Amino acid sequence: MQRVVLYIYACAQIEDIVTQMQEETEGVPIRTVKSFMTKIPSVVTGADIVQWLMKNLAIEDPGEAMHIGSLIAAQGYFFPISDHILSLRDDGTFYRFQAPYFWPSHCWEPENTDYAIYLCKRTMQNKTRLELADYEAENLARLQRAFARKWEFIYMQAEAQVKIDRKKDKTERKILDSQERAFWDVHRPVPGCVNTTEMDIRKCRRLKNPHRVKKSVYGLSEEGSQSQSPIHIPSHQGRKGTKEDVEKEIHFLNTQLDRHCMKMSKVADSLVGYTEQYLEYDPFILIPDPSNPWISDDPPTGTWRLEKWPSQQRVKKWGFALEEALKDPLGQDLFLRFLESEFSSENLRFWLAVQGLKKMPQQDVAQRAHDIWAEFLAEGAPSSINLDSHSYERTNHNLKDPGRYCYEDAQDHIYHLMKSDSYSRFLRSNVYQDMLLARRKVREGSLVVFSVVTSQRLSKTLFM
Amino acid sequence: MRSPLIPEMATQEVQLNETLAHLKSESESLKSKLEEERAKLHDVELHQVAEKVEGLGQFVMKTRRTLKGHGNKVLCMDWCKDKRRIVSSSQDGKVIVWDAFTTNKEHAVTMPCTWVMACAYAPSGCAVACGGLDNKCSVYPLSLDKNENLAAKKKSVAMHTNYLSACSFTNSDMQILTSSGDGTCALWDVESGQLLQSFHGHAADVLCLDLAPSETGNTFVSGGCDKKANVWDMRSGQCIQSFETHESDINSVRYYPSGDAFASGSDDATCRLYDLRADREVAIYSKESIIFGVSSVDFSLSGRLLFGGYNDYTINVWDVLKGTRVSILFGHENRVSTLRVSPDGTAFSTGSWDHTLRIWA
Repeated sequence: MQRVVLYIYACAQIEDIVTQMQEETEGVPIRTVKSFMTKIPSVVTGADIVQWLMKNLAIEDPGEAMHIGSLIAAQGYFFPISDHILSLRDDGTFYRFQAPYFWPSHCWEPENTDYAIYLCKRTMQNKTRLELADYEAENLARLQRAFARKWEFIYMQAEAQVKIDRKKDKTERKILDSQERAFWDVHRPVPGCVNTTEMDIRKCRRLKNPHRVKKSVYGLSEEGSQSQSPIHIPSHQGRKGTKEDVEKEIHFLNTQLDRHCMKMSKVADSLVGYTEQYLEYDPFILIPDPSNPWISDDPPTGTWRLEKWPSQQRVKKWGFALEEALKDPLGQDLFLRFLESEFSSENLRFWLAVQGLKKMPQQDVAQRAHDIWAEFLAEGAPSSINLDSHSYERTNHNLKDPGRYCYEDAQDHIYHLMKSDSYSRFLRSNVYQDMLLARRKVREGSLVVFSVVTSQRLSKTLFM
Repeated sequence: MRSPLIPEMATQEVQLNETLAHLKSESESLKSKLEEERAKLHDVELHQVAEKVEGLGQFVMKTRRTLKGHGNKVLCMDWCKDKRRIVSSSQDGKVIVWDAFTTNKEHAVTMPCTWVMACAYAPSGCAVACGGLDNKCSVYPLSLDKNENLAAKKKSVAMHTNYLSACSFTNSDMQILTSSGDGTCALWDVESGQLLQSFHGHAADVLCLDLAPSETGNTFVSGGCDKKANVWDMRSGQCIQSFETHESDINSVRYYPSGDAFASGSDDATCRLYDLRADREVAIYSKESIIFGVSSVDFSLSGRLLFGGYNDYTINVWDVLKGTRVSILFGHENRVSTLRVSPDGTAFSTGSWDHTLRIWA
């Protein structure tokens, strides 16, 4: 059976589920229940629904089944026959299924005139079970004031509806009345309940009914019911594929075919390896030392306290990759001091300078690019770095029209140099090993100086 | 096809259609070939390799703070680098800066539009960016003087031709990356408002973006209503990789902490993991009982956990490696619209259509 494709994915899923629930053999048992002098047609119990959901959606926890069941009820696909509040209870409460005519996928946005007709017709019927709830009586009073001028018309429509309803079979009427009420419980919910018809405005444009043209539940025509919602601006329905688009796509696909990719086994090992390495740093997995500030309720503690001396755990992380050392201001500073001892600090200073360049406002970029050239690359530069001739040529060329990425090649080259050469020596160096093994060579007082000096140095432009 | 005035035009139109059809079939065959090539390298599943990894224990995650103050749906939030401040934006047009630890409101701005769908904290902590139905991204410097009118210092940075869906500062206060309902992403210079680079390629609204965590990288990923997740080179504006396996809108994308992979959350009720080196979807996080869309995803610090905020008001916590769900969290009374892990990984924050934000740990 062809069904209209709904962009609202959840709607389609729910409708499948609800359809399955009403199946003869595998669905929820739907019965007519005898009660006092009357019969209650076509009902299921809340407990039966919960059981069915647990079995058919592979849910282990009844609480979870009740939650999802309540959401399906809140959307109006089934409802308690004796209540306006659309939620699911795991007991003998009776529920009934909604008629597909009233399903949300039909993009109902019923007008207040329809609602007025409905409330009005309810007052014309002398059944206690159809008496208006307090909030409904309030709504009716408000609508009477708002539609004072056309109340006669509304009253007539309500009378007409009552006439139509009277013609129906008693059992059928019971069912239809309840379904109609459930429809209004969705579109005019009890105060305090979630209005499930509210939409994410970003998704509105591509609805089946993009202009949100409102159709009447009771077959009213025109009479002010064709108002277009001002928010729903019709716009592009997705760009159609032009020749250029497809040509671009072909070019892209060819590039992807040339890409050298990694085997899944290697990728999986890498993901597992990374996660395992960082597991001890994950506060959700291992409780942080001394505590998780959000849980302990102390004033900012633990990880938020200003550290005078980095923890061993923190220093260990600098050894995972050069990037980790550079990411941490203390690690970066230690690496810089190590490079100074090897007389190769200009590499890191260049790298940091280029990072800084990329963060500058556009108008300052050109000048800073030239400054960097003068400091690190020009003939006789004070902090001369070693670039291969190819990178040098390209960078020189880029400087003619300097943008924030003009040093990309050079920066990559220097980074790889540091990574493959200096970094591994750094990890074996005394400065790093001492800090890792927490061999404190200076007194407490000097340590405070250490961290203060570090932050000062790093806040200056590193052009020493 | 209308009947053309001149017979030659008919022939030209037919030729154009034939060329287009020919190109389309070439594109389709390339796609199949690409899929074939990638499938050859798919020698094992992630969860199989993860069998040797120790299982996670039971988690006790609770709401530790509730932030009340918005008058309507909370649509977006972002953490400050100081690990305790948060900026959030709402359908009622308000943008609020909170100290989440004390739950105090520190700043509030009223935007000239409703549905402020995007907000971001500047790396310095001295400014916030936001936008939505106004099609713009504006930056507000945060003043220490609580009495100062923040709106007066507002700076308009980005201009799109449709709603602003997401914004993020790069690693500096000076550049902002935006995505929009107009189908594009863009990089802007904050000081001058100049467009530095635009990114075209999505065939429908772009709903989300995330910058690669690397200090050395210059890429970001975006997700859209065309069901695609695209990886872009910020320098050239080129799309360097593209993934299309979701069955509906992608509402959220977030990089795995190493930067080698990213997760996505979609209206199709699944979260997926894509690895950039394999150029492929490598995991899918779904359950039969989860039928409502994912609005927002984020990783824990190690990448072992993936938190997903859903339209069924819950948060599902996934074991990224094993592919199983480790926890489901209840609490919000309406859709979870936004979710971010704090900078030090000690908590995550959610924003909801129930007007509140919650901090979980």
